[in-house]
Order: sequence, then C-alpha cells, then structure tokens
Amino acid sequence: MDYHKPSTFEEAVAIAAGAAGTTRFLAGGTDILVQMRSGIATPEVLIDIKGIAGTRDIVREDDGGWCIGVAVTGAELTEHAEIGHDWPGVIEAVGLIGSTQVQGRATPVGNLCNASPAADSVPALVAAGAEVTVQGPEGTRRVPVEDIPTGPGRTSLKKGEVVTALRLPPRGRGGGDAYQRFIPRTEMDIAVIGCGVSLRVSGLVITEARMALGAVAPTVEPVRGAADALVGTRLEKSALDALADLAQAACNPIDDKRGTVKFRTHLAGVYARRVARIAYERARAAQ
Amino acid sequence: MTKIHVTARINGDEVEFLCDPRETMLDVLRDRLGLIGAKEGCGTGDCGACSITLDGRLVCSCLMLGVEAEGREIGTVEGIAEGENLHPLQRKFIEHAALQCGFCTPGILVAAKNLLERNPDPSEEEVRYWLAGNLCRCTGYDKIIRAVLDAAAEMREAS
Amino acid sequence: MALDEYRPQEGDEAYEGPREFRQVGTRPDRPDGFDKVTGRARFGADMYAPGMLHAAILRSPHAHARIVRLDTSKAEALEGVKAVVTRADFSKNVIFAPGTVGEFWNILENIMAGEKALYDGHAVAAVAATTPLIARDALKLIEVEYEILPHVTDVDEAMKPGAPVIREGAADRSVPEGMHPNVVRYHESGHGDVEAGFAEADLVIEDHFTTEATHQGYIEPHACLGTLGADGKGELWCCTQGHWYVQKVCAALLDLETANLRVTASEIGGGFGGKTTVFIEPVALALSRKAGRPVKLVMSRAEVFRATGPTASASMDIRIGMKKDGTITAAQGTFRLQGGAFPGAPMEFTAMCAFACYDLRHVRQVGYDVMTNRPKQAAYRAPGSPMAAFAVESVIDELCNRLGLDPIEVRLKNAAREGTKASYGPTYPRIGLVETLEAARAHPHYAAPLKPGQGRGISCGFWFNYGGETSVSLALSEDGSAQVMVGTPDIGGSRASMALMAAEVLGIPYENIRVTVADTGSLGYNEISHGSRVTYASGLATIKAARDAVRKLRQRAADKWGIDVEAVDWVDGCAVPSGPNAGDFDPLPLAEITKTMGATGGPISGHFEATPEGAGVSFATHIVDAEVDRETGKTRVVRYTVVQDAGKAIHPTYVEGQFQGGAAQGIGWALNEEYIYGEDGRLQNPGFLDYRIPVASDLPMIDTVIVEVPNPGHPFGVRGVGETSICPPLAAIANAVSNAAGVRLRDLPMRPSRILDELEKQRDDA
Repeated sequence: MDYHKPSTFEEAVAIAAGAAGTTRFLAGGTDILVQMRSGIATPEVLIDIKGIAGTRDIVREDDGGWCIGVAVTGAELTEHAEIGHDWPGVIEAVGLIGSTQVQGRATPVGNLCNASPAADSVPALVAAGAEVTVQGPEGTRRVPVEDIPTGPGRTSLKKGEVVTALRLPPRGRGGGDAYQRFIPRTEMDIAVIGCGVSLRVSGLVITEARMALGAVAPTVEPVRGAADALVGTRLEKSALDALADLAQAACNPIDDKRGTVKFRTHLAGVYARRVARIAYERARAAQ
Repeated sequence: MTKIHVTARINGDEVEFLCDPRETMLDVLRDRLGLIGAKEGCGTGDCGACSITLDGRLVCSCLMLGVEAEGREIGTVEGIAEGENLHPLQRKFIEHAALQCGFCTPGILVAAKNLLERNPDPSEEEVRYWLAGNLCRCTGYDKIIRAVLDAAAEMREAS
Repeated sequence: MALDEYRPQEGDEAYEGPREFRQVGTRPDRPDGFDKVTGRARFGADMYAPGMLHAAILRSPHAHARIVRLDTSKAEALEGVKAVVTRADFSKNVIFAPGTVGEFWNILENIMAGEKALYDGHAVAAVAATTPLIARDALKLIEVEYEILPHVTDVDEAMKPGAPVIREGAADRSVPEGMHPNVVRYHESGHGDVEAGFAEADLVIEDHFTTEATHQGYIEPHACLGTLGADGKGELWCCTQGHWYVQKVCAALLDLETANLRVTASEIGGGFGGKTTVFIEPVALALSRKAGRPVKLVMSRAEVFRATGPTASASMDIRIGMKKDGTITAAQGTFRLQGGAFPGAPMEFTAMCAFACYDLRHVRQVGYDVMTNRPKQAAYRAPGSPMAAFAVESVIDELCNRLGLDPIEVRLKNAAREGTKASYGPTYPRIGLVETLEAARAHPHYAAPLKPGQGRGISCGFWFNYGGETSVSLALSEDGSAQVMVGTPDIGGSRASMALMAAEVLGIPYENIRVTVADTGSLGYNEISHGSRVTYASGLATIKAARDAVRKLRQRAADKWGIDVEAVDWVDGCAVPSGPNAGDFDPLPLAEITKTMGATGGPISGHFEATPEGAGVSFATHIVDAEVDRETGKTRVVRYTVVQDAGKAIHPTYVEGQFQGGAAQGIGWALNEEYIYGEDGRLQNPGFLDYRIPVASDLPMIDTVIVEVPNPGHPFGVRGVGETSICPPLAAIANAVSNAAGVRLRDLPMRPSRILDELEKQRDDA
C-alpha cells in the first residue's frame, strides 16, 4: 500500500487519477482501517487528505450557510458553538456515529462516502438539503448528498474525484431539524433504522418539510411526499399518521442480523412520528 | 516493502520510528516502541482498550495509522502517572476495585482522564456515555463509574 | 486468647466456627493494582522474545466441508515465512474415542482440522513469519480445495432424522437406541414419581424455552508466545485460566514429556471459563519447533468469536405443578444442548442445576448433548446453569402470577435447606438460599414503587462450586515477610484474598505478603481457575500452607525455650508459651524467628497439596426492575440488586465485583447477546459491533448484598462466588419484562423485535 499526504486537492486529484489499483481517501479512517483489519479491503493507494489547507475548518458563509471541511471530526462539530444552534438534528446525527473515541476521528464526509445505508449523519444531511463539493480531473461540481451513495459501499464519485467540502444551507427563521435512530443498546450499535426530519414553520403551520430514512433501503433517500403530508398542517395526529404511512411505504429494507423487514418497517413509522415532533418543537422555538 | 520515517511526541518524549504504512498506531506503540499499555481487544474500534490521546483528543489507536502520527502529540496510559505519583484516577481505580482482570483498565483510564480534563464535574450519565466505547466484561461498570466520580470530586477539591 | 490462635487441624477442611478476623473481611488495595493502572502488567500478547516470529491461522469459511486438497507451498515460498504447519505436524498418538473420553483428540481436532472443516472458523493451517503482516499475507497464498457438505447449526434440527451427521461414532454408551448420531451423550436424574406429583397440583404449566449461544466476551483475545526446540524442551507464555492443563494438553498433542514444557501464565484479561481450554498454544509450539525460533500467536477478535468456545445453546421443556398455597408438587425438565462439533455441551449441569433451589418430592430431569456445525463450546461461568434457571424460574413466576402468589414467598416455601435431598442427588449440608430470599424480601428495592411501564422480576440461581487439585507454597524471608506461590491465575483479584488469608494465619501485615502465580516448573500441579474454586481451594491451601509454616515457627520457639512444641501457641504473629509455661517467656515475633532461621534449622516454608472436596454450593436471589418501550420493544434495566451467599467474604469489594460482573453478563445474555448464523452456516456477528455486550450506558448501578452462611467445608466458611451470579439474571429480567409488558418471553435473547412480536400477539388476542 502506498501512502500519500498531498497538500492540495489538485495534487490529491492527480494522485488518484493516476493511481493503478484500489484507491481510497483517508480522513478519519474509522471505516477504512476496520476494512483493512478485517481483511475486507486493503487499498493499494491511500491518500490522506488531512494535510490540505482548510480541511479542518468550519466556516459560516456569506449567505448564512455553513462550509465544513472534509477532515472536520464529529467531536469538532458537536463542540462547535454555533452550528448546532442552526442544525441541531445534523449535529446530533453526527454525534451518534460511534464512541467518544470514534468521534475524535470520524468525519461526516467519511460517513457519507463510506456509503452505508445505515450511516447516521446521512438522513439528517439529506433532510437538511446539504450538498458536497466534488473536485476531479474535469473540474469542480456541487452535488446533493443524496446523490453520492449509489448502493451499499458504492458512490457516484468517479475515478480521481474527491469530496472537498460539505455545505449546509442557511437555516433561516422558523427552521428546525432532528434525527433519531433505533439501536438495541444505548450506544455503539449500527442504526437498525434512522430518521431525519427538517421543517420550517410560520406560526404553528408547517411551510417546508423534508424527511429521510436510514437503514431501510440500499441508499438514504428523501421520502417523497413528506412535504405534501406536512406542509399546511400543524402536525396534528392526521398529519403524523400520514407521515408514518409514507415512511413505512418508503421502506425497502432487507432481513439481516440487525433487523427484519417487518421490524424495520414498523420502526420507520414510530420514528417518523417521534422525530417530526421534535423537529416541529424546534422549528416553533426558532421563530 | 518501503517503510516510512515518522517523528512524533509520545508522553512528552520525542520518538522516531519506521513503519509500514499498513501498520496501525497500536501496532507501532506495542511492537516498535515497547509501549504495551494500550491493548488490542478488537482491532476495529469497538472496545476502546487501545485508547490514546492524539493532540489531546481521545481516539482508538487501532483506528489510526502509524504514519498519521507524524508531528503529532500522543498520550498513553504510561504517561498518566507523574513519576512515582499515581494520578487520582489511578489511585481511585485501585481503591474502588474498579478493575478485575485489568485488561480494559489502561484504555478506560486514558478515556476517563480525557473526560475530566474537559468536564471536571460530570454526572453519572455523562461518565457512562463518555465511556460507552470502553468495554469492560468483568465489573458491570459499577465500580468504574464510582471511581471516576470519586476521582473527579477529589480533583475538584484539590484545585 | 485471640481468635486467630493456632489450633491443630491437620488435614481437616471443616469450618472452624465463627471468629473475629483481623484481616479477612477488610478491603485493602490489591497487590497487583499498581501494575494494572500504569500499563505495566503483562498480559498474553505483551511478551516479546529475541528472534520472535509472528503467526497467523488460516480458517475455514465453510460450516461443513471435506478438505480435498491443501497446498501450502506458495506460502512457504514467500519471503519472510519461516514455517507452515497443518494437522500433519501434530501427534499421531492422540486417539479418537466416543463422548468426552477422547477429549485430547477432540481438542486436537478442534485446534487444527483433520479431514473435514467442521464449522466456520475451523483452523486449517498456520504460518509463522518475520512480521504479522507477512504472516497474514502468506495465509492468502495457501490453497485449499473444499467439498462443501450439508451443515446444521440448530440443536433441534440436528436431532431430527436426516440431519447432516457431524461425526459417526461420537456417541457414548449413555445414548439410548435410535437417536440421531449427533446425540452423543445422555443424562437422566431425579427422584420420586413426577406423574403422581403432577396429579396433586392445582395448576400445572408446561412450556418450551430456548437460549442462544453466548460468548464469554473477555476483552483480551487469546495470545501466547512459545518456544520449542528439537530437543523436546519448551517454554510457553500464555493467557490461560490453567497453565498446568495447557502444559498437559500441549505435551500430549506434540508428543512431549510434560515436565519438559514449562508454562507461565500471563496476567489474564478475563476468562469466565473461556480460557479453561486450549486453542492456539500447541499451534505456536509446533510452528516454533519447525522454525527453530520463538513464535507469538495472537488471535484477532473475529477469530475469538468464530473459533473459541461460546457457551452451548439450549432447547428446553419444563413442566411444574403447584398447589394453590404455592407448594411445588412436581417438576420435570428436558434439556437439549448443542456444544458445537464435539461432545461436551454441559447438559448434565443444566439438568442437575435446574431444580436445585427447591425441596421437591418428585423431580426428574433429562439431558441431551448434541453436536452441530459450530465451534466447540467452552465453559462459561456456571456452565449450563443459567439457561436452566431461565426456563425454570420463568415457569415458577408464571405459576405465581396465575395463582396470585408473591414470588419470594413461594420460593421461600419451597426453598432447599439443610437436610433437603437435592434434585441432583445429594443431601444438602448447611446452605444459604433461604437467607438470600429473606435478605431480598427485606431489601428496600423489593418494596420500592415502580413507575408506569416498569415491572419487577425475581429469580433464584444455583451453582455447585468446586474444589480440585491444589498446591500452594509459602516461604518466609529473613525480615519476616512472606511469599505465597499459588498455581491459580488471578482472574479478578485473588492475589488480594490469598494475601489476606495468609496474613490472617501468620499474624503479619497484609502488605508484607507477596502472592505470585507460579509457573508449572515452580509448584506442584494445580487445576484450572474454574468452578469458583480459587478463593475456596487455593485459599484453603494457602491457610494450610501458612499453618504448616506456623508449626515450624512454633517448633523454633519451642527449641529456643527448651519446651515442648505443643506448649507453644501462635498469637498475633508471635510464638507464645502456653499451658504450664504460660508467661515464662516473652512472646517471640515471627520476624525474630526468621531473622535467625538459617542458624536454627534452615529456611522456613509451608506447603499444602490436596484435592479439597468441601466446596459449598452457592445460591443467589436477584431483583430487577425493567422498563419496556411498547413502541419499539426495547428493554431498559433500571434497577438491579444481587443477593448472594458468599459463605465468608474474604475481600468484600471483590466479592461485590463478582456479583456485579455476573449480573452484567446475565443482562447481556438476556437482552442482546447471541450467536447469529446465516443460511450458509457462517457466523454473522464475529465482533463487538454486532455481538452486543452491555456498555457502560446500558446499565444502572448494581446493588449488592453479601449473605454469609458459612461453608461447612472451609476453615473460614468460604464459598466460591464467581459463577452463581450469572444464573438468576436471565429469568429475573424475563420475569420483569412479563410484569412490565404482560408478555412472556420464552426465547433468549429478548431482542426488541421479539418483544414487539409478543406485544403484537397480545393485541391480537385482546
């Protein structure tokens, strides 16, 4: 295995584009090192991007949104004074990834690019409408986070392409988001199901709504129809019922060691209600 | 196989080593530097027995490559006591019998010390969640939690 | 005269009556604490030797497969590889025999496959190389051609006609005619006429229960460092609960003279029964013999789960009859346990423990030991007993609920006492079950109000405890300090309890005693640290060895004073003239005697070797409060109290630690821990990510009550405490869940989806 530590993204892209054999980018390393130790995958080329200027920064942009460097860890995000005020759901989702030790290394961009359907940060990021910037041999593009994973362990990134930053939109007035997951223990498990919801309210009435579910399909996707079910409502029981039905209908999970199709589908409904209520309270308080 | 030269600071001392890029920091600490306090319980970040600090941040040394230590500051269990004086956490772990086999103890001490540096007055729940990544199979955690809370109280009084 | 006065009791193991202890029962710091909080303590993987090689093992990815071809030549040719071994490199003199008679053959077959791979993870070959990375790379170069065979991993499936046969001829003579060849041992016991008993009952409940295999889950993977020369002499360092046993097995599997292999036990990072056997040590030694260099072999966590012994899984039928007043009229149980691809599932312990808590006129139990394509089971804390307690105590709880009776009162009414004929045969001497039930009833926990959604569960548990072959030596130094050499690895603070007992007898400070776990070359044979035997048996031997030294100390004083040794007492660490000579001489402290021992007859030591047989049985009663989330099926343990009879707590803090640790493991077993096999027979969760042991945030504080009903078979009254604590939690939690949510869980673990399914059935029924 060749180890590279470039100082610019241009250099990183050039190494990746010219590499022969399996290439991986190294940020927190909490997934790739596990794969190496388990003998699942040992890349031939490993490109450590933590030496690139700006990758450790959390910056508020002119429009009020946030630009998060690709090497920013979970712990740095949860400790940040302001970003959690804007996006509490995203930050609580990031904070659920692994142990304290894993939080010290793991990055949300790594969580996204690892492309696990159960990644905790991804449903919250999708609900928030987050995007990433991607740099490659053919230039730079902005991509909604939901377009990065294409299946378990697979992404839409092409050879030589690297994510250079994560962007959260400006939160604005009356916005609130939340994320919860179900795990059998209190910590240290992979989500059996995860649910992120982001809402905007005007007074008591919901004006915008997005929801995404984790671990119920090959990739995390926005639940279509969430806005139709919630916008214009005050999150009355009928709205919650409709949302829970949508969540369950959106499920296309598998039976595996962490949960059955039946169990996951049931939980999707339970968590859609639970998480929407929290997001709603947060949105109301943010007016 | 080409090895990479790395310079780092461990428990305050500058160290240099050569390592294969595939070697983890845990492999380097144990097999190259003779620091056997960090243990491999799983090698996949699930047990916390290999906990160290990296520039003051708690991490699993099994989830970090040796080459990533270049220019960084690392703390291990061997650096917790000051000379012959045990850290209050170490004393309280012995006093409360917060260890039975002692295998998870180095990692738990590194993690608990890191917690108390950030939060000198944690609640029981905060200690439990902070240490959720440090598995102990012997104690049921009861005496570990009591030892950490007691050490925190003593350290607050002393400061 | 002080109560620690010497009274001649040579060879006597009997309880010596109540006394005031000076050291026993105090809570000093453990002698090895400093090393263990500073990172200095050396565990299995912490030893290094000059010229050392690193080994790795190739394992079968198939549950059941014939090894058609095994070609190691490419691995051997890899730069840095120094040796490759396969089954051909082990003894040909270890003979197959049915049942557990051929245990050495079973161990050999388990640590290195012969003609067939019998489970996912079964070792096929091993490599030693100059670095761990080269060793792992070399494994990929070993070519194995497998003919995949049908497999079975479930105990009930494995007993059915047509199930794949793991190994013909493995059954011993106990098995009735007509059983499937996978049934390899059979047990039945009991007394009375159960059908007559059931006829007397007002309510009979019969139910079926299952428990999945769980792993001991010690955090330290198996590790060893072995050196073996072509001269047949070797050194082995390893983490084990019993290094004499390792010595014996390695010698047999490698055709060595036992005494030529010296085994040193490292500090041990947890065992709980899982390190009572041998997995990698003979492999490291075989590689070392071939390579001519020391070989270190450390298992990965995945290897620990795939290839070391979990406990057996169980399928059980229980039938219990009760009168309206709570009297149990009869009890019957059938226990089917699978222990992997080898005989040895502890079904007779399951059967014998099942009803051991109760005074029963009519009781009958049957056990089946069944083979499947899973790793060879190993002992796990009270092997066989927790699953029995789960099934039996669940049925008793259900009977109490349906008859409207208090669960503690019913247990008290039926509790076994001194003189009760135990369900497994013997008549109990003095035992402490009633005392634990009374202490539980009096505990504030039992009367505390519950919140909505919470339920309280009670369960009792039983374990035999054990004595076993034991040797201890104690040597006095000139300055009056003492070294105690024991042969039982210190799994959880036993050095402290040994030092306390030695200090008590010698009458010197605890700090002046150093306890060493001796290697096999430095002490007589010691059985494994198992069966909760260490504080009982090594403790008894330590007391006896110290008394042997005291006898010699008294003799030196008698010689000095010119009086008879019988006229010298030992009081508070001093020789004191007694009887007609009382007051004639000043007391002579131990250090005064040892200062001149070289000139007065030579070094003074004490020894004791025996097989003590008076390990007192131990009982516990647990109280647990659990809360069930009816929407998700998730259970949270909110309060837990362990009440257990310790006989006499030598170091109460470490006794509490055993109680708490057993309870925590039981909580894991009850709620989340399980071996999950796929359709392909491969283990799906070989890591701590998906083999979910409790983490710190899962558990409440675990309250403890130490009951002390002295063991008639130990001078100080000690009973083993390590194992009983894992027996009650499974049923206690099931009973709490039943009382919280109104659903009865009959299958472990009580994972959320199972509870949800039961809640769904409950709604459908309503």
